Order: sequence, then structure tokens, then C-alpha cells
Amino acid sequence: MLSAAASPADLFAARSQMALSLGWHIVVACLGVGFPALVMLAEWRGIRTGDPAYRLLARRWARALGVLFAVGAVSGTILSFEMGILWPGLMGTFGEVIGLPFAIEGIAFFVEAIFLGVYLYGWDRLPPRVHLLSGVPILLAGVASAFFVVTANAWMQQPRGFDLVDGKVTNVDPWAAMFNPATPPQTVHMILAAFIVAGFLVAGVYAVALLRGRRDRYHRLGFLLAFTVAAAVVPAQVVVGDWAAHFVATNQPVKLAAMEGVFQTARGVPLHLGGVEVDGELRYAVEIPYGLSLLAHWDPNAEIAGLETVPPADRPPVTVVHLAFQAMVGAGLALLGLGVWFALAWWRRHDLPRSRWFLRAAALSGAAAVLALEAGWVTTEVGRQPWIVWGVMRTSEAVSAAPGLRYGLYLLVVVYTVLTVATVYVLRRLARVPVPQAPQERDVQASPVV
Amino acid sequence: MTLPEVLLAVAWVGVTAYALLGGADFGGGFWDLLAGGARRGAAQRALIEHSIGPVWEANHVWLIFVLVVLWTAFPAVFAAVASTLYVPLTLAAVGIIARGAAFAFRKSVDQVALRRLFGAAFALSSVLTPFFLGTVAGAVASGRVPPGNARGDLVGSWWNPTSRLGGVLAVGVCAWLAAAYLTADAARAGEAGLAERFRRRGLVTGAVVGAVALAGIGVLRADAPALFDGLTGRALPLVVASALAGVASLWLLWRRRFVAVRVTAAVAVAAIVWGWAAGQYPWMLQGQLTIEQAAAGRAVLQAVLGSLLVGALLFLPPLAWLLVLFQRSQQPGGDGRPSARPPEGAVPPGR
Repeated sequence: MLSAAASPADLFAARSQMALSLGWHIVVACLGVGFPALVMLAEWRGIRTGDPAYRLLARRWARALGVLFAVGAVSGTILSFEMGILWPGLMGTFGEVIGLPFAIEGIAFFVEAIFLGVYLYGWDRLPPRVHLLSGVPILLAGVASAFFVVTANAWMQQPRGFDLVDGKVTNVDPWAAMFNPATPPQTVHMILAAFIVAGFLVAGVYAVALLRGRRDRYHRLGFLLAFTVAAAVVPAQVVVGDWAAHFVATNQPVKLAAMEGVFQTARGVPLHLGGVEVDGELRYAVEIPYGLSLLAHWDPNAEIAGLETVPPADRPPVTVVHLAFQAMVGAGLALLGLGVWFALAWWRRHDLPRSRWFLRAAALSGAAAVLALEAGWVTTEVGRQPWIVWGVMRTSEAVSAAPGLRYGLYLLVVVYTVLTVATVYVLRRLARVPVPQAPQERDVQASPVV
Repeated sequence: MTLPEVLLAVAWVGVTAYALLGGADFGGGFWDLLAGGARRGAAQRALIEHSIGPVWEANHVWLIFVLVVLWTAFPAVFAAVASTLYVPLTLAAVGIIARGAAFAFRKSVDQVALRRLFGAAFALSSVLTPFFLGTVAGAVASGRVPPGNARGDLVGSWWNPTSRLGGVLAVGVCAWLAAAYLTADAARAGEAGLAERFRRRGLVTGAVVGAVALAGIGVLRADAPALFDGLTGRALPLVVASALAGVASLWLLWRRRFVAVRVTAAVAVAAIVWGWAAGQYPWMLQGQLTIEQAAAGRAVLQAVLGSLLVGALLFLPPLAWLLVLFQRSQQPGGDGRPSARPPEGAVPPGR
């Protein structure tokens, strides 16, 4: 069996498989980057205050972290397989250009996995302070690997560091490729997102427990710690998100046009809320006059390039990108509002807001953060289409020529469904183990009050 | 040695480490599969879980290390291999997911039925994954991967005598390494009965793997003549060294020199991994693409090599610390027995 060029169905299957694998991995990856910070915060408070609730939280969370790390490690591995299985055209041509950050990420991953082994299994073998310190490399390496892997994605948006001569890549400068113009906004945006997603996902679990009447110190602290971290990062993320959007407006105007549903180049362009593409125009949208020109360039009469500036074959799909972008912004602003509500109540009374609606909203904050995360990636990646390397290589040129790629997709849909069910089930089991009323003797021995 | 050769050697160090460390973890799953019913196999499974629990993730990173060095330094080879061999690689990737996830899940549940289910997934995928990775090695070694985007036969490239030999040998080597390592672990933990059991298994698997390797000479001669010439020519000293180390391992195992066995077993496997590389030199894709032709530009190779050298300073000392930390003592203040419980950090208080 030999292969010809990929059919459109196989290209779509390859894109779907990559989206599924990445979309699944990114949630666990966010927990891998952000969750260690929460575990260590709880452990540190436990050592400082001797409060058994903190120690119990740290132990519990560490167990969940172990499970999440394992699924993160394996779901990340399949991505490196898929880079070659699905996109040999990209890797064969540009592997050397974007390989360096992946190699460095591999080192960071080593550091992470090594210290995770020490941290999870060394709890009773190391003195408390040494044990807490052994978590620091996990945190640093997690942030570092997020940085390096996102630089590779940034390169796909702003390819630099090579010359193309007759379709052959020459004169490669891997450092210039890694530190391309899109690297600063994208990496910062992603790293902040990791802490937000991890914080709200954990806080959501405890919000549900508080709603169900488990108002003891353990559940309150679990909620407060995770929620505070996430809510504190959100305002920064709004600023960074604005930076990232301005970057797109300047450097990928066609993507911005798709994000905002702008078809004709014009001045004083309104901001469109909602709406879908029908016959080359955006319908059913609510318009805010001059809104887009103002937001994108701080000038109500600024010119916004429309999709018409490029031939139809070079335009990304508008409806998906537009709605995904708005879902991300909407979820992000809702989380900002939730954080402000909390901050006001805390400032006035040093307590959670009294309304049960706060806890109900907080219970959904994890889902909202994941929605913002996924929608943001859909915006970036679908908005980059039809290019896999912006302006240089089309996704259809990169895809594998092997027939039957869709069967791989079917297989992975089954695998990820089972993996999702099992992961959620196991995490719920871990959370449901009864909470002891008194501090456990083992905890006291393991981390004496200092 | 040219710069591309240095990079290939670095990748090959990764392949060797993955074979020795990751391979033993897969082999642990192999023995988990054969450990018997939940009650009878409990002690063996506890030993296996205890031995691979803290280290398997770090060991697994060697695979990612190999992949990224390969695609950065030899992008054309990576693209050709991954696209032509997408079937076994997809199956291996699924196996990797099932193995790692199920292993972590099994530790986190306490119902017997669920532990069985996750245990079965862990054990089965521990056998299938090295098999498919072995068929990939066989496909490359027998020259069935042409350069380009999925240009090779999508089935025949990895389902042929050399690939099947590669798959069976990979599973056998994993099982054998694990038996050798677990014998020493059990002996150190004072589990004389378990040590004896794994010793017997080590002797049997060692003999079987040796026999398969011998028979494999005939397979390669008929199916992969270029590789056969390389292995009996330039690579002959390494092949002989591997055979001698294998025989020595069996003898040491027979004499119950469990710590020494770990060394000779590792030497036997490492020698054959390097023997393959030497036998195929200077080709990366047999007869079609040499190391020099496949290599990325100099600036890339220098940047990657420099980063890896700096990185090695960062991760090798902690890696050694990790492996030593969990080799030295089984339980602090305990009697040195591996615990049937999951390790402390992973136990919910109040159970």
C-alpha cells in the first residue's frame, strides 16, 4: 500500500486529531504548571502555621498532582509523535528551525519529572524544608517548559530565523526563530492562563463542597487559597490579553479581521458582539460604534484591514474564530468580575461574599477558565489557517500523505474518552476519601511545627 | 567525529538510556501481567510498583529526548520514519498513554475490581508498547523507510520478519532487564522468596532472548542483508560483547550475584543498541540517506548540542540523586521491606 496526496477528509481528520490531542493536553498541562504552586503554598503555610488543615490540603493535592502529572506526561508524549505522524511536511522542512525550544523543553521536562518523583515519594524521607524546596524546581521547570513550547507556536505565527531558497530551508538561526516577535505576548499570556486555569479548577471543587454545607476550615482554606491565586492573576491577564490582541492587529491583520468579523477595510469600525458569517458578511451581531477601531488602535477613526485584503483561499474561517475569540474574552471578563466581587467582600468584612450566588458562580469558574483557555487556542490556531506556518506553508502542504488518517482519529477519540472518564473518576475518588477530624499522627511526625 | 555524528551519538545515548531504564519499567509491566491472581500476585505487584513508581516518569522523558533531538538534528529522517510508520507509532503512543495513566490510576483506587482493570491495562500496554517500538526499529534497520512524506509501504514496512524480530526482542529484553533488576530489588528488601522467583524468571527469559537473538541472525541474513553485513562486519566486536555480557549475566544470576547482574545485563543491551548503530553506519535510512545528508544546518546542531550540554549539567545530578534516593532505603526506620501500600506521599491521610 503506497500513498498519494492527502484527501480533504484526511486533512480534516489530521487537524481534528491534533486539536483533540492538544485541547486535551493543554488542560492537564495548565494544571501541571499551576497546581504545584498551590500544593507548595499549602505545604508552606502548613509548615509555618502548623495548621493541620493546610497539611492535609497539601497531602491531598499532591496525590492529585501525581495523577495529573502522569496523564500530562503521556498525553504530551503523543503530541511529539503526532508532530511527525500527522505533519511530516512541517517537521521535515522546518523541524530544524523550531527544534531547539523543544530540545530545551525536554531538559525542563527531565527536571520536572525528577523532582516530582522526589517530591511525591520523598515526603517522609526528607526534612520538611528540604521537601518543600524540592518542589521549587517543579514550579520553575513547569513555567520554563510552557515558555519554550509556546515559542514554537509563536514561530508558526511569526516565522523567523531562516531563508527559503527554492523551497529549501537554509541559513537557519534557531535563536532568532525561538525569540520571534510573537514570543513575548504569547508566552506570557499562556503562563498566566496556566495559573488561572489551575486555580479556578481547584477552587471550583471546593466551592461545590462549600455549597453542600461542608463549611469546615479544610474546605474554606482549600477554596480561599486556590481562588485567591487565580483571581489575583486575572487582572494581569486582561492587560496581557490586550497586548496580545494589539500584537495580532499589527502583525496578523487578517486574523484580527476574522476574530472581529471584519470583511471590508474601513475606518471607524464598530465592535461586533456575536454574529455568524453568512455569504461573506457578518450577520446577527450587536454593533458598538467605533468600538473596534478604539480597542485595536486607541483611535475611533483608525483603519481596520478587512478579510478582503487577501484572496479567499488565504482567509481563515470567520464564524469559528470570531465566536471563539468572544467566548474567551467573555469568560475572562466574567472571571474578572467574580474576582472583584470577592475582593470587595474580603476588603469590607474579611470573609467570602455572603450570597450563595457567589459560590455558585465560583463553582463554575473552573469551567469558565477552561472555556477561555480552549477558545483562546481555537482563536490562535484556527485564525492561523489556512497556513501552518503563517504566510510560508499551508496546512495542506504539511499533512501526511498516508491514507486513512481518519482511523487514527477514531481510535484517539475512543482513547481520550476513556482517559477523560477514568481521570475524572480517579480524581473524584481521591477527593472523596473521608476527611479526618483530628490531625493525623503521621502528619505531625512528618512535618513538625517550626 | 563530525558534528552530525556527535548529535546522533547524543540521540543514541538517549535511546540506550530509554532501553535500559524505560525498558525495565515496561518489563515490570510484563511481570505484572504474569503475576497471577489478585491475592497471589500482590507481593510481586507491590515490588514492581515500588521499584518503578518514583522513576518511570523521568525514565519516560528519555523517549521525548530522543524524538526532539531526532527531529531537530535530522528532520528529514524524523518526518520519513514518523509518516511511513504511523500505524505502529500510533499504536505505541496509545500504549504509552494507557501504560502511564493506568499505572497512576491503579495506585489511586482501592477497590479490587478497579485495581484489576487498571492493572490489566497497565500490564498489557507494557507489553504492546515495546513490541510496536521494536517493529519500528526493525523497519528502519531493514531499510524499509524511504525518505519523504509517507513514501514507504504502510503495512509491509513494519510487518515483516525483521520488524517482528525487533518487536519480540524488544519485549524479551524489557522482561529480562526487569527480572534482573527486580531480583536485586527483592533481595535488598529481604524478600528471599520473591528474589528467587525473579531469579528463575531472569534465567529463563535470558535463555529465551539469547535463543531468539541467535535465530534472529538467520532472519536478518535473509531479510535485511545490509544490516546483516554491518552486524557481522564493523559491528562484530559489539555483537560479540553483547553475547558475552549476556552469558555472563546468566552465570552471575545462577551464582546469585544480583548486583553484578544489573551491570552485565545493562552492558549486554547497550552493546546491541550501539551494535545496530555501528552496523548501519553511515546510513540513517539504509542506502538512501546518510548521517551527513540528513543533518540540519551547523548553527542548529551547535545550538542544540550547547543547550543539551548545559541542560545535562542541570538534570543529570538530580537524576542520579533520584535514582539513588529510592534505591538506598525502602522505608525509613522500617524493616526494609517494600510496602504493600503505596508510598507515603501518595497515601491519603485517614485511610
